[in-house]
Amino acid sequence: MRSMKLKTFSMGGVHPPENKLSAGREIRELSPSDVVVIPVSQHLGTPSKVIVERGDQVKVGQLIARAEGFVSTNIHASVSGKVSKVDIFPDSSGYRRLAVQIKVNGDEWVETIDRSGTLVKEISLDAEEIRKRIVEAGIVGLGGATFPTHVKLTTPRGKKAEYLIVNGVECEPYLTSDHALMMERSSALLVGIQIMMKGLGVEKAILGIESNKPDAISRMQEITRGTAISVQGLKVKYPQGGEKQLVKALLNREVPSGGLPIDVGVVVFNVGTVHAAYEAVQKNKPLIERVVTVTGKYLKQPSNFRVRIGTPVSHLIEQAGGLPEDTAKVINGGPMMGKALASLDVPVVKGTSGIVLISNEEARRKAVIQCIRCTRCVQVCPMGLEPYLMMNLAEKEMFERMETERVLDCIECGSCSYTCPSSRPLLDYIRLGKAEVAKLVRSRKAV
Amino acid sequence: MNQIIIVTIITLVGIGTAAAVILYFVAQRFKVYEDPRIDEVEEALPGANCGGCGYAGCRAFAEALVKNESWDDLYCPVGGNENMAKVAELLGKEAVEQAPQVAVVRCYGTPEFRARTNEYDGAPTCAIAHQLYAGEGGCPHGCLGLGDCVVACDFDAIHMNPATGLPEVVDDKCTACGACVEACPRDIIELRKKNKKDRKIFVCCINEEKGAVAIKNCKVACIGCSKCYDVCPYDAITMNNNLAYIDPVKCKLCRKCVVVCPTNAIHEINFPPRKTEKTEAVEEENK
Amino acid sequence: MTRLIVSPSPHTYSGESVPRLMYGVIISLLPAFGVSVFYFGIGMLIVTTVSVLTCILFEYLIQKYILQTKPSHLDGSAILTGLLLAFCLPANIPFWMVIIGALAAIGIGKMTFGGLGNNIFNPALVGRVFLFISFPVAMTSWPEPGQWMQYTDAATGATPLALMKEGVAMRPAGEILSEMPSFLNLFLGNMMGSSGEVAAFALLIGMCYMLYRRIITWHIPVSILGSVFIFTGILWLVNPDQFANPLFHLLTGGLMLGAIYMATDYVTSPMTGKGMLIYGAGIGVVTVLIRIFGAYPEGVQFAILIFNGFTPLLNKYIKPKRFGKEVAHG
Repeated sequence: MRSMKLKTFSMGGVHPPENKLSAGREIRELSPSDVVVIPVSQHLGTPSKVIVERGDQVKVGQLIARAEGFVSTNIHASVSGKVSKVDIFPDSSGYRRLAVQIKVNGDEWVETIDRSGTLVKEISLDAEEIRKRIVEAGIVGLGGATFPTHVKLTTPRGKKAEYLIVNGVECEPYLTSDHALMMERSSALLVGIQIMMKGLGVEKAILGIESNKPDAISRMQEITRGTAISVQGLKVKYPQGGEKQLVKALLNREVPSGGLPIDVGVVVFNVGTVHAAYEAVQKNKPLIERVVTVTGKYLKQPSNFRVRIGTPVSHLIEQAGGLPEDTAKVINGGPMMGKALASLDVPVVKGTSGIVLISNEEARRKAVIQCIRCTRCVQVCPMGLEPYLMMNLAEKEMFERMETERVLDCIECGSCSYTCPSSRPLLDYIRLGKAEVAKLVRSRKAV
Repeated sequence: MNQIIIVTIITLVGIGTAAAVILYFVAQRFKVYEDPRIDEVEEALPGANCGGCGYAGCRAFAEALVKNESWDDLYCPVGGNENMAKVAELLGKEAVEQAPQVAVVRCYGTPEFRARTNEYDGAPTCAIAHQLYAGEGGCPHGCLGLGDCVVACDFDAIHMNPATGLPEVVDDKCTACGACVEACPRDIIELRKKNKKDRKIFVCCINEEKGAVAIKNCKVACIGCSKCYDVCPYDAITMNNNLAYIDPVKCKLCRKCVVVCPTNAIHEINFPPRKTEKTEAVEEENK
Repeated sequence: MTRLIVSPSPHTYSGESVPRLMYGVIISLLPAFGVSVFYFGIGMLIVTTVSVLTCILFEYLIQKYILQTKPSHLDGSAILTGLLLAFCLPANIPFWMVIIGALAAIGIGKMTFGGLGNNIFNPALVGRVFLFISFPVAMTSWPEPGQWMQYTDAATGATPLALMKEGVAMRPAGEILSEMPSFLNLFLGNMMGSSGEVAAFALLIGMCYMLYRRIITWHIPVSILGSVFIFTGILWLVNPDQFANPLFHLLTGGLMLGAIYMATDYVTSPMTGKGMLIYGAGIGVVTVLIRIFGAYPEGVQFAILIFNGFTPLLNKYIKPKRFGKEVAHG
């Protein structure tokens, strides 16, 4: 790696141990399970409308649920087989939601999808057509937020996109799916970035990668040599991958409170999203699979799998060597922001970046004691908030004051709870406050 | 030496007197006239400051009682009809009456009936657990057992039963102020009409999932089978979203619905034990 | 399969805890403790032992029998209060006074407010000021360094600050300074004073350790020492006969101990960097005011307690720098 000056964001941040146990593992194609369950709400926005019925035969890539409205997305069958049920199923949200259950039979794909491995470099579509392909393909942000990608590609009136930022940071401990993608699909990524640049109408792009992935930085630098895409190394600090922190680190611009990166002329996409966009535009392939890291300190084979959407989490763990005996917590996502699963019978969805297994000794919280006012939470908050005060206010139900203290700015990164020496559940109460303040704001607007 | 003391005393007395005079005139100038009846009414009210009337404390309620023409929305559940009559007499107005109510917990998902399939380790309040997921028991409408209702009660009228993991209302102490109803994030607690001898008949479940799903999580869930609806002679039961609901006003406590419920989701409280064939035979023998 | 544990994120923790922090501070006090025993011998050992043990005992008794909560006397904070109280007392103080001081520190300064995290004033300083006001003679007779086996019968003398304050009324400051221990001796602690406050170099070593362990940040010590240096510097430049030079002020009295260990107490200091700088600057100014224009030769203890009272105000109005400017709501 050419020696380059590493950038980072200035406010807050913590350094959890990286635990990148599956780094360097090649992406393995996961053998399909017998049954998949595909929820109709795998994205931010309106749940999609199911267009198939029990008994229908479907092929891989076939549309099974249609987007409802602008902030919504299409959903496609990730396997071929028969629709066995359209009903509510438990998913990783902790509640039961409407989903399509398909009994797997063979691996027949929709004919228009290009399944060959050849790289398609030429981008023949224009910006409008690119956007259309991405809508049709059901692409959402694969970094975890699952925001429908076509909405980000549609610059609102009055704003102008100047930069495309590609998020290859992967700041969460344990997760390595983006790293693997950058190592194995670098050429496709290059075309993908160029497609997004065309779709947005920007001439400059920056790919941000944390310095704990020097091989990825070298590889992407090589690939992007001579193009308008620059690769920037970033210091390892959590939450470097947060949109606002990334924009600040790379361009020294601060997204305003309540605003979006487009307000400072930037659009951010995760590398997984960009790769999915390449496949959608160049190969006519909708979003039906993604790379998922399955990892844990006692897991036999921490791996990066290419998984079909809807595959049960239990199947992934089995293929990674089986559930270690002492497992007490299974996290959908990374340990800082992921959701703890109540059961392993939930499906992998578009936003599942990793499955992390935690053993009994690390799974439980410590006893909570009173705040000793050590200021650590204030020091580490990347948004400049005061978590100790937020928890106090939420306990007293003083929600108007929480709004004044900018609780809605919180990105829920978890740095505060991570660092608190009194083991106080700061983020739990901040989330409560955010929900109540959001209610307040909505009721105010309705008046 | 003496001079210093005398001068000091005179100066301080002078300042004190001047301050007293100024304060007197300022107090007179900025005096706010308050109807003296407000004090009287506040005195007569229970003084719990629980907010059950919807006002910020007994004083605010007293103000409303004195100032408002119509007493349509004004009622203190803690003092009840007796207290409202007393206040009405004080102000020379007509007394308002409301049927007394009591808080009822509509969930019976004990560990025996509703298996705990996971362990919750977050902050111990229902509000946070509810925001996170369905709960340890899997039913998204079921009681989380973390006690936000107990904390909210000003009258020591609701307590958590550690064996069942569910809250229990002490009918005598409950003033139907509504604090626990507010506090429960799942709307499990309801204020229902209080009957003679504290008798109650109600559907002890608010699960709206389809019957097959509901029963998988909890053996005593309402599965929306409508058997109770069919048998009720007073039209007191309505079916909505796979859930039966008994109207507390229309219900005449005839107990017919309790018997037909296949999951025992309908509870009858404080009734004498039923005569079954066995007990009748024993009675015959003893005669 | 055993049941899974479900809780909101984050699912990993830094491992920081209250005992780790408290014991970290205690470790950083070891150099100063060692130097102090070297200068003041057995007296220092007795005072420290009595102070630490009674602080722990009082915290345990009050928590168990009066407050009826789970006793947390071994979490390190009572030990730390005991140590710091001992450090700011003269090494020849009778042990029963130490016990009263510990009771004032823990009972009044900490427990009446609700225990750790709830007190407004620094408990060790509350204990010290309580003793200072109750036993002014015992609290202002300072043993000479080097008397290892003497305890309450140690030979005593005045501190450099006391000498300076008295002397300056009659003679130029520069002359008085020349009769005092050299700056090197002041830095090394070879002077009369409270047990733990004399050795500036040992306290600074402790500060470096705390900064390395991220137990404290630079804001408070730098702002206190900086403001004292600037204020006394200005005074000295204006009239070097009336006022001692800034270096003298930095190295004498309880300033180092106060700036590094007392004012940086978590519970009683502000929560934001900006707040801490204002707090430190204020303490420095008031310390110098009391030293020069006030009735006492040393003012750090009062200055810190006064600004402890300002901390809630500073916390309410001084907010950290927010990320992203506020967008006006339509």
